[in-house]
Amino acid sequence: MSSTNHLLAPLLVRAADVDPADVARTTDSIDMTPSLVLVLAIGVLFATGVYLLLERSLTRVLIGFILIGNGANLMFLVAGGRAGGAPLIGTTPTDQMSDPLVQAMVLTAIVITLGLTAFVLAMAYRSWQLHGHDEVQDDLEDRRVARHAARNAPAFEDSDTEESGETLDDEASQVYDETDGDGDGATDTRGERPGEKDAPPSGSAGTPGGEER
Amino acid sequence: MLYLLVAHLAMALGAPALVSVLGRKAFLVMALAPASAAVYALSWTTRVMDGAHPTEVTQWVPGLGLELAFRMDTLSWLMLLLVGGVGALVLVYCSAYFSPTASGLGRFGAVLTAFAGAMVGLVTADDMLLLFVFWELTTVFSYLLIGHYADRKASRRAAMQAIVVTTAGGLAMLVGVVILGVQGGTFRLSEIIAEPPTGGAVTAAIVCILAGAASKSALIPLHFWLPAAMAAPTPVSAYLHAAAMVKAGVYLVARFAPAYSDTTVWRTIVIVLGVGTLLVGGYRALRQHDLKLVLAFGTVSQLGLIILLVGLGTRSAALAGLAMIGAHAMFKASLFLVVGVVDAATGTRDLRRLTGVGRALPLTALAGGLATASMIGLPPLAGYVAKEAALEALLHGEGPGWVDAVVLIGVVVGSMFTVAYGIRFFWGAFATKKHVAAALARANEHVHTDAAAKARAGKGATGEEPAKQVAPLPDDAPIDPARIHRQPLLLVGPALVLALLGLAAALVPHFGEDLLAPYADTYPVGEPGHLVLWAGLTPALGLTVLILGVGALLFWQRNAVERFQASLWTGPEADRTYRRIMRRLDDLAADVTAVTQRGSLPFYLGAILVVLVAGPGLLMLVGGQWPEQVKAWDRPAQLAAVVAICVASILAARSRRRLKAVILVGIAGYGNAMLFLLHGAPDLALTQVLVETITLVVMVLVLRRLPPYFSNRPLAASRWVRLGLGVAVGVVMMGFALTVPLARVASPISLDFPAEAYIHGYGKNIVNVTLVDIRAWDTMGEISVLLVAATGVASLVFLRTRSGEILRERDATSSGAATPGIWANEDDPGAALRRRGVDKEAEAGKQPRMLVWLSAGRTLAPQRRSVIFEVVTRVLFHSMIVFAIFLLFSGHNAPGGGFAAGLVVGVALIVRYLAGGRYELGEAAPVHPGLLLGTGLFLSVGVGLIGLFMGKSVLLSTAIDISLPLVGTVHLVTSLFFDLGVFLVVVGLVLDILRTLGAEIDRQAEASAREDAGPMEAMEPDQIGGGRR
Repeated sequence: MSSTNHLLAPLLVRAADVDPADVARTTDSIDMTPSLVLVLAIGVLFATGVYLLLERSLTRVLIGFILIGNGANLMFLVAGGRAGGAPLIGTTPTDQMSDPLVQAMVLTAIVITLGLTAFVLAMAYRSWQLHGHDEVQDDLEDRRVARHAARNAPAFEDSDTEESGETLDDEASQVYDETDGDGDGATDTRGERPGEKDAPPSGSAGTPGGEER
Repeated sequence: MLYLLVAHLAMALGAPALVSVLGRKAFLVMALAPASAAVYALSWTTRVMDGAHPTEVTQWVPGLGLELAFRMDTLSWLMLLLVGGVGALVLVYCSAYFSPTASGLGRFGAVLTAFAGAMVGLVTADDMLLLFVFWELTTVFSYLLIGHYADRKASRRAAMQAIVVTTAGGLAMLVGVVILGVQGGTFRLSEIIAEPPTGGAVTAAIVCILAGAASKSALIPLHFWLPAAMAAPTPVSAYLHAAAMVKAGVYLVARFAPAYSDTTVWRTIVIVLGVGTLLVGGYRALRQHDLKLVLAFGTVSQLGLIILLVGLGTRSAALAGLAMIGAHAMFKASLFLVVGVVDAATGTRDLRRLTGVGRALPLTALAGGLATASMIGLPPLAGYVAKEAALEALLHGEGPGWVDAVVLIGVVVGSMFTVAYGIRFFWGAFATKKHVAAALARANEHVHTDAAAKARAGKGATGEEPAKQVAPLPDDAPIDPARIHRQPLLLVGPALVLALLGLAAALVPHFGEDLLAPYADTYPVGEPGHLVLWAGLTPALGLTVLILGVGALLFWQRNAVERFQASLWTGPEADRTYRRIMRRLDDLAADVTAVTQRGSLPFYLGAILVVLVAGPGLLMLVGGQWPEQVKAWDRPAQLAAVVAICVASILAARSRRRLKAVILVGIAGYGNAMLFLLHGAPDLALTQVLVETITLVVMVLVLRRLPPYFSNRPLAASRWVRLGLGVAVGVVMMGFALTVPLARVASPISLDFPAEAYIHGYGKNIVNVTLVDIRAWDTMGEISVLLVAATGVASLVFLRTRSGEILRERDATSSGAATPGIWANEDDPGAALRRRGVDKEAEAGKQPRMLVWLSAGRTLAPQRRSVIFEVVTRVLFHSMIVFAIFLLFSGHNAPGGGFAAGLVVGVALIVRYLAGGRYELGEAAPVHPGLLLGTGLFLSVGVGLIGLFMGKSVLLSTAIDISLPLVGTVHLVTSLFFDLGVFLVVVGLVLDILRTLGAEIDRQAEASAREDAGPMEAMEPDQIGGGRR
């Protein structure tokens, strides 16, 4: 082929320079024997990663996450089988290639990790901006729920669960429709008691999420 | 039948607009929808009588076997007629009932019409799942209608209670329906009934379905929601809670009774619940003072009776039950409408306050009288015919003698209650009561003196209804019949029509028998029953006389009865029990939340990891296949990389200094890249090195703002826990690494990739072809994630708007010479030396004598500038861009591709930023990252569509040959553009990261430094928005 030595050679696929028979499948299996050094690296990366992940400082959590990500990527390599040549047609015979599928997966994983790293860093920075540190605090609302539960207090105000008071059918008998019995075109006023017509309380302080039904 | 549903839907959707145009008269238009259902049913009358069952089937989701199947037999015909007829009358009634200024009429009309549509679907559906859908729709609409007055607590609570109870029943019913459908092999109702499946599972299904019916039809112990639902507007009570929705449970029982009424569990449940509900409802109705509550408990009672009749399983009882369904719909809806009229006219429903209403509202009293007579079973009304047939049927029961006796006694006693509360209702609503009249006279005297006083004070009262306007009435003040206004005919008419229909139907009982008998005859046992007005002197007639006599006696002695009831302990009230259960549920939820949701991130992560170790880890120990042979390494050089990784990661975990930890983790990452290369993955190695570099720089950029050391926390104990968990996870993962490769059972799919990549993907770099072609969907998802991540980073740091302006060098020079320059937070050791040079020029405002290496270099603080760095950057930058483009284009055949190329550009941008500051970044990439991200994603997706246009599947590569001068024929593959999209997204991501975590953080730091140190005028409030609090 004349273009083989061309400057732009790598850009062009030359349909004829590899015989299709050369890329055909030649084997039905890949040697799956694990190599111990990779297994060791996986173990160390996961162990240190988990140790850091359970910290409260976001920076350490992030570092732990990156280590775990590295370990997971190595796990993919191991799952793909033995090492081999680069999966480039024309460079490596097909039966000596390393598994290209796991490589494609790991490649996307690496770049995603970059995105995630940036995101957690932004969170850490924001946390530092707001609180002066980058530590993950316990969720206050969850702690409040736990305290309430511990002393068996109701988690929120809910008259449906009050055991005293009028029964619902008694209350229903005091609901009147907006009718016009005297025919004057305006809704009649009934002898409504002050408590009868109440707007739903708007999330009063101290009981968030306790919208009364 | 589908058209009926569409008509209802259209009317419901149009209702708000109709109301806004026509006001309350819009209800007259809405009435057309249910009226059409009634007319449709009527038009089929003769054919249905002759045994024709119109069926419509429309495929809905063929893959799931879901179809819109409708069928109308006698039972459906009856229900459709009731739903449509009563619905139309109730809507007409609404047009006069509500005040023209009442709130929320549009929504109310829409929901009520939609409810009518759901009922139409419910009673005609032939597919059990479809039936369930309509069933739940009625529940939801009922919830909305009960809670119509959403600003009243009682309404909200009643609605909530109703939906909780009926939905619980509905879920049980769904379980039953699914079991039945699976056992029977079909979800068609008609086929199930024709050939009912049997067995233990089916018995459970029957119980579930009956539970659904019981919740809907308010049978004990779930009856309490119906009286509470009286908080709904009265037309809703008339329609939903008397004629239509509560009949859905009855319909369901009647539908399944021909198939299952002979089973013991069915009979037991129906008899116990039916008789029990009949008695409880009637008993409680005797002591209510609110007219609607009298009717509500009466409805509960009657529903028990009807369920009993249609579920008992004999033909004669079924016929009586069907007649009762019709009669009840007519008289109970009519009675509710009558209550509404009285309520509107007098302003109260409390029978202790009403007197002389009958004289003031004679037509209403007539309707109420006829309907009451029908309810208590007086001839010649529909209720009488039905009840006679019921007694006749029960006298000739088919079950064991004692059961029949119990049922008969229960029904007789229940009917006595019915007579008593029926008379009580009519008396309470319309009679002239002596003691109330006397109280009225006293009150009037008081009011008149009061009014006279007011009149002297000024013309406040207009004379019309002075009692209401002068002084608020006490709750128990009687209503003066003289002040009751006549109500319009449109309001009284519907009740009267229903009551008269009850009379008319009873006068031609044979016609009713002909209509209803076809369905009753599908029941398995018993003699066919008859509907007659006069059957001679039968035992049933004797029972009727007894019932009427005892019922009248109970009414006559009503005060004694009330006192007796008040003194009798009647067990726990269902309503309170419900509340107690809800309270326990809340407590339980709080406890569970407190245990599981601790609010601690390490706890959550730890829980997940413990599950990993204990679950899959144990499984691996038990069932894992361990390799028979292992090798130390593939290539010896791996050992060096692994040692580096291990040392670096362990040191990183121990490090107390942020920067050190970050650099160590970078070393581990480079070690990983080394392993990739040794494994035969050059693309991975390239990407990893680039990503690791960018990560390192970005982390350092952020860490300069964070404290240099991790805080010392007293976590000595928990550290050992973390260490233990970490080691455990590490060991488990090592075990996975050893066992997972052997878990393969098929040959790897990637063995075909070379051929796929070369022949169909037109590329030689298999990894790249995999990314842009074979698994392009994955890549597309992944670049979407990148886009989201970039947006998230920007929004976390920019806070106000992610866009911000693109910083250019000219902005910096124009914005003031007073700033010390970027990164000026360190002492300037060379300041004295530099004074004569650059600063002088700057002071003189002259242009620099020669071209600078980086145009924005001057914006840096002088002590931060490095000429060598600037020169190198200047030389290197363009080479890097060219290299990136080379990688991009060669990636299809050699290591490289969009990801690597984008990352190389990212590194180039980082270099520019580090050498020249944030303005230099703006000079290097004067483009908004959002634009890059969006264009990239658009390009990838757009290229994916090209394959579609070429007649192949989405994202499939297509090769295009282009002849170019000099170059020759270029074999262009469409996936190159996909890769270009990936490239742009990656560049956009890195640029976004630099702009936010680099440039914006710089700016905020400078702003807060000025704020700390400087005079107030240096502050630019809108720029410090994100500053430290």
